[in-house]
Amino acid sequence: MSIQTIIAEDQPDSFAFTRESEKEIKKAISKYPEGRQASAVKSLLYIAQKQNDNWIPVKAIEEIAKRLDMAEMRVLEVASFYSMFNLKPVGKYYLQACGTTPCMLRGSDDVMRCIKDKLDISSGETSACGKFSLLEVECLGACVNAPILQVNDDFYEDLDYQSTKALLEALEADAPPPVGSVAGRQGSEAEGGATTLKTAKRSKKKG
Amino acid sequence: MLADKDRIFTNIYGWGDAGLKGAQARGDWDNTKAILARGHDDIVEEMKTSGLRGRGGAGFPTGLKWSFMPKEVGARPHYLVVNADESEPGTCKDRDIIRHEPHKLIEGCLVAGFAMRAHAAYIYIRGEFFNEGKVLQAAIDEAYDAGLLGKNAAGSGWDFDVYLQRGAGAYICGEETALIESLEGKKGQPRLKPPFPAGVGLYGCPTTVNNVESIAVAPTILRRGGAWFAGLGKENNTGTKLFCISGHVNKPCNVEEEMGIPLKELIEKHAGGVRGGWDNLLAIIPGGSSTPLMPKEVCETMTMDFDALREAGTGLGTAGIIVMDKSTDIVRAIARLSYFYKHESCGQCTPCREGTGWMWRMMDRMVRGEAEIHEIETLEQVTRQVEGHTICALGDAAAWPIQGLIKHFRPEIERRIMAHQAVTNAAE
Repeated sequence: MSIQTIIAEDQPDSFAFTRESEKEIKKAISKYPEGRQASAVKSLLYIAQKQNDNWIPVKAIEEIAKRLDMAEMRVLEVASFYSMFNLKPVGKYYLQACGTTPCMLRGSDDVMRCIKDKLDISSGETSACGKFSLLEVECLGACVNAPILQVNDDFYEDLDYQSTKALLEALEADAPPPVGSVAGRQGSEAEGGATTLKTAKRSKKKG
Repeated sequence: MLADKDRIFTNIYGWGDAGLKGAQARGDWDNTKAILARGHDDIVEEMKTSGLRGRGGAGFPTGLKWSFMPKEVGARPHYLVVNADESEPGTCKDRDIIRHEPHKLIEGCLVAGFAMRAHAAYIYIRGEFFNEGKVLQAAIDEAYDAGLLGKNAAGSGWDFDVYLQRGAGAYICGEETALIESLEGKKGQPRLKPPFPAGVGLYGCPTTVNNVESIAVAPTILRRGGAWFAGLGKENNTGTKLFCISGHVNKPCNVEEEMGIPLKELIEKHAGGVRGGWDNLLAIIPGGSSTPLMPKEVCETMTMDFDALREAGTGLGTAGIIVMDKSTDIVRAIARLSYFYKHESCGQCTPCREGTGWMWRMMDRMVRGEAEIHEIETLEQVTRQVEGHTICALGDAAAWPIQGLIKHFRPEIERRIMAHQAVTNAAE
């Protein structure tokens, strides 16, 4: 994939970190020994992304390079190597559907089909209304709760066609449902209750 | 079945409070000072006694790994790095430790870090675990506030810091040297070994990289004794293990069980059995996507430990068990893994960068039968050209699932090719 295809054509003329971001930047850099500030590059990219509607403009990359005393190319290299950095705008709800084998076995095809039916988008596209973007991603690491759809930072688990439809409708109405299993399971315990830890107390309610 | 009293992770499903109070009520941070008072080498010896083998996939003895760190601290500080970049398809155990038992991991960092004479640990968590990372950071902050981390950690006289760094979506960063590169602010591309991280690791300093589960079980082992842990499981495959059972079972779940438990028992007792009954089983991937699949007849008597699975030509890996029943399109299931490895290859070594794409495109044709019979042999040959010819094990991991498929399901691949040929011949 050439770099032009992943970087937005329309770029803002300038980028400045907000005061809130500056605080986070200070904290991020303080984690590393002196002279090793480049270790904070992913943190700064995340901070820029969060501040800028979930995507990172080139001006931010230049600014981060200055802050961390890195070559701009090195920052761009990192920003383009890792799949979670968006170098062009995405919708308000960024849907990342896992399609790797454990999710596939549990029906991720149905999740994708539902998204296609409802929003008419395929992986890499943004809906006509601009509110939703979709990316098929690789294993999200929640396989016993498959299939998974990540919406921005949150995982929705144990989905099927119908529950995906309900989730998308809730998002359309800007009323995201509680994060986690849509089947009401708690964590990774077996449906209907765990087979172990019979003596442990359940101090928290399900869901 | 493992008795509840021998379970290490008593809050694995998140029923209780993940915070410090809840953790202390479950026995975490109980007189950690006394553990550290035993000294660096005594802790390493106790870990060796336990027989714990690394829980990240390779199964290297943890105590032995810790002993590779220099005995004297020179000009370069020592580092502990915790691999929380859990991304092996089929695996989701570290996620539960991080979000429900974070204090086991943090206390583990202190005892392991102390054992290897490190004053700092970096936990590298995969970027997608955003909410899990928030829980872990809150737990770290709590531990600092309670004096369990920082100067004179837990009153031990040892200064210790724990820092969290977020990854950003790259499977390869689960490879220890790629993880170190990423920690340093670079692309996650593996380094050549030697030098090994214990000599030259993070920032060029002596470093040990351990999986989350390996570190999180350490405090309990040190409290209850290496002999207790070694008394569970089988010889050379000791202790308890978190198993992840996904795919075509009635009740997918994570569960802590004894090493060496029969696979069939594990699935029937804890995961509600195979969908449609045991006889509806087609094949199982036993230890995360990189381990070759086993057909039903092998699964029948298989036990879940490093040695038994290796003998069967596969591996325990991360103990991420992917169950596939007879409705599975087995060629597509493996082809999807080929796509995964193609997507996740870092691009550094030619055999992997080109080979993973090549294997995936060929597998994609095999799914539809658009191939010649002799190409199965060609595909097998290509996997052998990739395997063992790359800096890290991603090339191997991409090759093995295909080799497993050809070994056990060649007739199915041939059937598709012939069916496709019959259709095209009829059309001509």
